[in-house]
Amino acid sequence: MPINYYIFLALALFSIGIVGVLTRRNAIIIFMCIELMLNAVNLLLVAFSKMHYLKNVAADAATTTGTDGQLFVFFIMVVAAAEVSVGLAIIVMMYRNIHSVDVNFLNRLKH
Amino acid sequence: MQNVLQIVYLIPLLPLIGFLINGLGRKHLSKSMISVVGCGTILASFVLSIWVFLQVKDGNTHVANYFDFISVGALKIPFAFQVDQLSSLFLLIITGVGFLIHVYSTGYMKEEKTEHFGRYFAYLNLFIFSMLLLVMGANFVIMFIGWEGVGLCSYLLIGYWFKKTEYNMAANKAFIMNRIGDLAFLIAIFWLIAKVGSVSYSEVFSAANLAKLKAIDITVITMLLFVGATGKSAQIPLYTWLPDAMAGPTPVSALIHAATMVTAGIYMIARSNLLFSMSHITMDIVAYVGLATALLAATIALKQNDIKKILAYSTVSQLGFMFLALGCGAYTAAVFHVMTHAFFKALMFLGSGSVIHAMGGEQDIRNMGGLSKKLKITFITFLIGCIAIAGIPPFSGFFSKDAILLSAFEKSPVLYSVALFTALLTAFYMFRLLFITFTGKFRGTQEQEHHLHESPVSMTIPLIILAVLSIIGGFVGIPEVFMPGADKLGEFLSPVIASHGEHTVSHSTEYMLMGLSTGLVILMIIFAWIKFKNYQRSEATGFGKVLENKWYVDELYEKIIVNPLNKLGNFFSSIFEKSVIDNMVNGVGKIVNYGSRQMRLLQSGQVGNYVLLMVVSMVLIFVIQFFLRK
Amino acid sequence: MVPVLLILIPLMAGLATFFFKNEKAVRSWALFSAIITLVISVLGLTLLKEEKYLQHSCEWIQTIGSRFSVKLDGMGQLLCLLNAVAYPLVILATWNSPYKKSNNFFALMLLAQAGIMGVFLATDALLFYFFWELALIPMYFLCSQWGGERRIAVTFKFFIYTFIGSLLMLVGLLYIYSKTADHSFSIESFYSVVLSNKEQSFVFWLIFVAFAIKMPIFPLHTWQPDTYEQAPTATTMILSGVMVKMGVFGLLRWLFPVLPFASFQWGDFITSAALIGVIYASLIAIQQNDLKRLVAYSSIAHIGLMCAAAFSQNESGLQGLILQMFNHGINIIGLWIVVELIERQFGTRKISELGGLAQKAPALAILLVIVALANIALPLTNAFPGEFLMFNGIFSSLTKYYLWFTLMAGMGIILGAVYTLNMIRRVFYGNTNELTVATQDIKWNEKLALGIIVIIIFWLGVYPQCMLNEITGVTEPLLKKFEILRYTAVPK
Repeated sequence: MPINYYIFLALALFSIGIVGVLTRRNAIIIFMCIELMLNAVNLLLVAFSKMHYLKNVAADAATTTGTDGQLFVFFIMVVAAAEVSVGLAIIVMMYRNIHSVDVNFLNRLKH
Repeated sequence: MQNVLQIVYLIPLLPLIGFLINGLGRKHLSKSMISVVGCGTILASFVLSIWVFLQVKDGNTHVANYFDFISVGALKIPFAFQVDQLSSLFLLIITGVGFLIHVYSTGYMKEEKTEHFGRYFAYLNLFIFSMLLLVMGANFVIMFIGWEGVGLCSYLLIGYWFKKTEYNMAANKAFIMNRIGDLAFLIAIFWLIAKVGSVSYSEVFSAANLAKLKAIDITVITMLLFVGATGKSAQIPLYTWLPDAMAGPTPVSALIHAATMVTAGIYMIARSNLLFSMSHITMDIVAYVGLATALLAATIALKQNDIKKILAYSTVSQLGFMFLALGCGAYTAAVFHVMTHAFFKALMFLGSGSVIHAMGGEQDIRNMGGLSKKLKITFITFLIGCIAIAGIPPFSGFFSKDAILLSAFEKSPVLYSVALFTALLTAFYMFRLLFITFTGKFRGTQEQEHHLHESPVSMTIPLIILAVLSIIGGFVGIPEVFMPGADKLGEFLSPVIASHGEHTVSHSTEYMLMGLSTGLVILMIIFAWIKFKNYQRSEATGFGKVLENKWYVDELYEKIIVNPLNKLGNFFSSIFEKSVIDNMVNGVGKIVNYGSRQMRLLQSGQVGNYVLLMVVSMVLIFVIQFFLRK
Repeated sequence: MVPVLLILIPLMAGLATFFFKNEKAVRSWALFSAIITLVISVLGLTLLKEEKYLQHSCEWIQTIGSRFSVKLDGMGQLLCLLNAVAYPLVILATWNSPYKKSNNFFALMLLAQAGIMGVFLATDALLFYFFWELALIPMYFLCSQWGGERRIAVTFKFFIYTFIGSLLMLVGLLYIYSKTADHSFSIESFYSVVLSNKEQSFVFWLIFVAFAIKMPIFPLHTWQPDTYEQAPTATTMILSGVMVKMGVFGLLRWLFPVLPFASFQWGDFITSAALIGVIYASLIAIQQNDLKRLVAYSSIAHIGLMCAAAFSQNESGLQGLILQMFNHGINIIGLWIVVELIERQFGTRKISELGGLAQKAPALAILLVIVALANIALPLTNAFPGEFLMFNGIFSSLTKYYLWFTLMAGMGIILGAVYTLNMIRRVFYGNTNELTVATQDIKWNEKLALGIIVIIIFWLGVYPQCMLNEITGVTEPLLKKFEILRYTAVPK
């Protein structure tokens, strides 16, 4: 499958993520959109990594060059998991304090 | 006996010591002690001056360097005194007349409190000190020190009765007007430093340096010096302070504002005569300004009613005569007139002081009259003074004034005729003063009439001495035409004053001119007698009013100089400073304030906005980078 | 040795003063410290006149090439002396002025003295900047804690104003530093730095603004009358008597020799501004009804003249300037003392509410008249030789506008007489009113302080050469730099 399809898919996912972050007010949905963007990046990394690996393997069957991208993805997933736990904790705290998960109530930064 | 020239520094030092003693001890000394110190120091200086004069007469002149006053790089200004013919003559006048006036003051100021009495004598001694510095200095800077010093003393003495605001105003006016002249003098000194590299007389007036100077430089320097002289010697346009200066005690008017300080300008020009003689333009201007001042002041004097104001304007007028002489190149005549004028004008001022004393402070001659019966000595001496100033032979004024008129005639007949006219006015207003004051009926109050008395001896003796001097003072400068070789003064001064050539006027013309002026003056006196022997009070009208108001010159100065400057200052301090400059400064702060207030609006606190901004800026960065790549 | 002591003594004494409790002890201690400083500074001028005593250098911030090097030399020594003379006079004259928490007040005053000394002594650019700021900070606290009603706003303005200048100067100094051959802040490296004309102009303005604000030069002067008015008078005396000289001194030591071309190029422009300031400030001074503001504007006028003389860039002008910096400091402190005495006695500084003081307080009147006459440079007072030389310098400077400059400066002299004499007339002469009828004459300590000032006035008025001898030749290296330019810039 040509790389273009992956790129378009990742782009679409990323854009959906951005739009979601910008337009939605529910903190959980914003959170999910951020995850979506992260995963769009993950998808790209995997796709490019695979593409490079295939090219290198053709020249030298024993090589592992080009698989770094897939490694990165694991890191990103770990970090994302950690982030989710912290982020969800914040949202829980927020709900406890203001009984809502609407980010527009979080305008105290102004002061 | 060369050694007296080694101690010339004592001449100014003694009055300075007198000043210190009287100034510091004015609360602790008795009046008689103060008088003794005040007069004694001046007398000692006078004796030394006579001694010095005799030495100089034998041809010994002396320049004494004491220490470096200022010495920076190539510029060397020593604190040095120079004693030569010109300065020794002035020394005599200053210490001699100064001594007489000190003695007179002990009587005149008797009723002052001891403390103020001491202050008065301290000022007077300080004045003599400054005046001596002025004439003894061996360079222009020392002269300038004395020059400003006498201005200071004049300021202090005019405002001596400091409780009266108008007196203080007069003092301020005198000082400030003098400062204008002083500035010109100062610039002249800088010009000399720039062009000659020195301020010492001996170097500036050396032939080599004079030859080095360009004509334009000489003209500018002499003009600046002359502007300086107009300030100190009350010439147009800086003369208006002198009549106001009559606010001071009368002996002060006699000493400072008639006999000595105001002649400093003449001294300065006579001292720099070599320089002045090289610039015809300046000489012409000096002559015309002098003549114009003489005429203007004489016309004003015709209608004044304050006894001291008349004398003040007369002084301005006589100083104008001296400048006329200077402008005609007759430096000797000018110095001669300084001397005779010092005698008769000091005499008349002291006489007027005697009158004021007797009248209990009254100065308006319309309230006097018939004083000759009660104040015999004052009247006779005053009469002598009037005759002398009017120029009737053989009184001193005749010889000096005749010398001036003659030099004016040589320069141009027009100058001569205006000068002669002014001389006639002089005779007229002086005798108007004399007749109104001393003849006719007494017009003051009963109390004043009862109080009338002749002044004490300490006041009359100086009057008598000055009267004698006014009579015989002229004999030192008898013109060639009467007695060849009798012009002792001219002979004496010849080493320091460049002669302006032989007289071009024939003896017969000279006799005729003398006869003409004397005859007309006598006619004038008779006219004044007829008009004023039985003076009745009357209001001035028409042109007389203009004269009485001094041609409105004070008002004019007020309008065109003082008021605009005040308005400008007011504008600066209340408008420009606050709303322009301060606003500019505060404006910077305000802009910062305004800017940050606007920037603050970006911090809406909405998380969405922040994210949007973040995204937008990232996109922008990408776009910019994308385009910049190319 | 001597320069280190000059800085250390006030610094240590100042720090110690914070811990004093007794009011009398505080003042005595401060006076004692000030007198010791004075003695050392006089020793530096007389007995310990050898090179080895007069300079000191040790490591400071080695990594960036800055050393703690101080030197008591020609240009600075008169100003150090002025600083040392000023403090005893100020402490003596304000002996009876009440200050709350006087230990802190005098401690800060002494710290400021240390800072000012450092400015005059430093021969390292960074050290110079360090002391420049060190002098400013105590002043800020003095004005904001002990000042008049509007002190907060005014002090804020003063601080921001001078601080902006200082920062610009820092940028300028760092720029020069980056261009030095051996990356050092030492004065020698600064003097030998080579900058293009364009760079010179740019750096010149960065540094000049700091000095111009400090002096101050028209139109950067508006902080000054307000600050002088609001600050406690003792502080004002130091501010106007000593601190403003830092600006002029900075010109001579850190600007002209480092950036001769730009100083030459902008000379006319700055001289014009300074002289316009002279006339402008004099005209405003005539209109003032507040004694403090009058003296403040008179100070602006005098400093303007000094700045013009500095830019005349010839021997006469510069020597006169250095002499005049000392003399002006003495005279203006004398004037402030009189103002302080009047304000303390009557609780007002309004000229219109005063009058007739001469009748009741003759000693004060006489001393004031002498100081005031010295302020307008009457001959035989100390200001005359200085102003004479400065005028001569302006007149013989190379600019083609020399005559105009001299005339403008001369206008200042005449107007100076106007406002000074008017002040004397309205405050001291005339008749007394209800307020002034019970005037007391001055006390011994004030008499002593003013008496010392008067003695200095006459001593230096009659024999200025004793000071001029001290500073002979100090301007020579500076003039040499200009001399080179003169022949390249002006075809003659």
